[in-house]
Amino acid sequence: MNRTIKALLYPYVVWIAMMIVVPFFLIFFYSITQSRPDSPAIFRFTLQHYREFFKTENINILSKSVILAVETTILCLVLGYPAAWIISKTNVNIQNMILLLFILPMWINMLLRTYAWQVILSRTGLLYTDTAVVIGMVYNFIPFMVLPIYTAITKIDKSLIEAANDLGASSKEAFLKVVFPLSMPGVITGIVMVFLPAVSSFAIPRLLGGGQYVLIGNLIEKQFYLLNNWNFGSAVSVILMILILISMRFMRKSGEISGRGGAILW
Amino acid sequence: MDINTTKFLRRSKLETSEIKSTSYSVNKIKSYNQGSVKSNKPLIEIINLSKEFDGEIVLKEINLTIKENEFLTLLGPSGCGKTTILRILAGFVSPTTGDILFEGKSILNLPPNKRQVNTVFQRYALFPHLNVFENIAFGLRLKKKKEEEIVAKVKQMLKLVKLEGFENRNVNSLSGGQQQRVAIARALVNEPKVLLLDEPLAALDLKLRQEMQYELKEIQRETGITFIYVTHDQEEALTMSDTIVVMNSGLIQQVGTPIDIYNEPRNRFVANFIGESNIIPGQMVADYKVKFENQIFDCVDRGFHPNEPVDVVIRPEDLLIIDKDSAPLVGVVESVIFKGVHYEICVIVNGREYVVHTTKSARIGEVVGLTVEPENIHVMEVEGVGNE
Repeated sequence: MNRTIKALLYPYVVWIAMMIVVPFFLIFFYSITQSRPDSPAIFRFTLQHYREFFKTENINILSKSVILAVETTILCLVLGYPAAWIISKTNVNIQNMILLLFILPMWINMLLRTYAWQVILSRTGLLYTDTAVVIGMVYNFIPFMVLPIYTAITKIDKSLIEAANDLGASSKEAFLKVVFPLSMPGVITGIVMVFLPAVSSFAIPRLLGGGQYVLIGNLIEKQFYLLNNWNFGSAVSVILMILILISMRFMRKSGEISGRGGAILW
Repeated sequence: MDINTTKFLRRSKLETSEIKSTSYSVNKIKSYNQGSVKSNKPLIEIINLSKEFDGEIVLKEINLTIKENEFLTLLGPSGCGKTTILRILAGFVSPTTGDILFEGKSILNLPPNKRQVNTVFQRYALFPHLNVFENIAFGLRLKKKKEEEIVAKVKQMLKLVKLEGFENRNVNSLSGGQQQRVAIARALVNEPKVLLLDEPLAALDLKLRQEMQYELKEIQRETGITFIYVTHDQEEALTMSDTIVVMNSGLIQQVGTPIDIYNEPRNRFVANFIGESNIIPGQMVADYKVKFENQIFDCVDRGFHPNEPVDVVIRPEDLLIIDKDSAPLVGVVESVIFKGVHYEICVIVNGREYVVHTTKSARIGEVVGLTVEPENIHVMEVEGVGNE
């Protein structure tokens, strides 16, 4: 029994190793080495790519990426939470229907949908601006905010809301003191799921921000495709990865604070 | 009728585990009832209350008056409508027709948060994101009480429910009994006029349940708050209540003190639901004379028509095994089960089973005589509608 389960795990382990672990080490390796232009097999270890990143222009690109990603995340939260709340309140048959409507666009290729936005935005004159990029990202990533929040809200025991009402809470107070705090795990997941692709996105900024528009994702892409500078591209990737890990850690911590004691609510 | 009675008696054999505790709780009730001081002021009046869910009638024309300081129990099998009454009182459900007066004023248009009642939910419904202190303080914080007052009141409540020192504990780390106490404290801290309890002990094990029964009664006496308690457990109802309301299929079957309900059940349903009964079809020959099993017995009931068919209820502990030569009923011992305090003996008389609870054993197959004291024979009208 146990042995069968272990055997079933092997393909997965191999897959993970091939597709995630090995590439990760390769990226890390590239980021700390520099090979001779004439013979790629001869290389030396160096931190010059990391030093290169901390130039003003790159830092500006990074901060702009983070700002747009934060804007996108906040917009997704502000639009997505009420949506999730409303879906969870409708009757079950309609609920599945609305959820399907949310998921349906995700079955169409993201690039196609973004091209469609290009047409829409060019008519309003917003194309090739920050706003266009944020609109595109919110549109693409909002299901990742709505679904986890919806799941968290539907998991809340109805009798908890009744208990809050019973103890004197109006519907608004019951929402603020019981439903919202209990949906926090969904909110945190949603934030992470939106922030991650938003901060590293390169297709949406390219299509809706224009050819000269550079976010951190585009910077990395450019190193690999145009400038053939894999080492610098890898260094930027590693920095982005560290940044994401730190922000995820931070999010999880803030989720824990709202989960304890509870006096903080009042 | 015969078949039904036998069926009931057979079924009751399976349920005899409850009997021991029942008989001992009856003794307890007396002392409790004497202890409490009752005012007769009506606090809640339920008038012609009916409720339909999707065309299905759950409550039919319920009329009930609940007095101040009363411990009232709504008792009945699942689906009898008792929880619906509680939810209507709390404000979570609105009735189809009828009214509820609270101190003389209708409360049907008040939302749950404006009513002077608090509920202890069946599965506690404690807030998982709050610790014990904050759970109990929830109602006070909503009322924007001062911090010192909140701390003092929560501490007082924790003392009342014997959970001092648990302030900072996570509610999920508590045992079922402790969670139950937090739920009670959380409701009582708001000083409601009425506390509604929806099968609060159902999830606890037997020993803890019995302990909590006494504690709840104690809390009710200490605080003087009216308790409306919903349960399907007759032992719980007998142990704690001042008044028991027995319900079945949306109708009130009988309202009375535990002693009334146990000793004078008004119909078959009540007789079967509260404790164990031998129910025998009989005939009222005259006042104080009842005939069953072709024998005329003295009894204490009167006011029936001559020769009116009746149901005779005899509790198993009231049947006495005596020498067969001087006994009005003679039968064969079919089974003997040892129950700890007593033996449960099944005697077949004229093809009908009689369950007897006695401290003396008998041999299977032995021919024995049965008798019963006149005051232990209870005569009920035969109903048009059979509830069993």
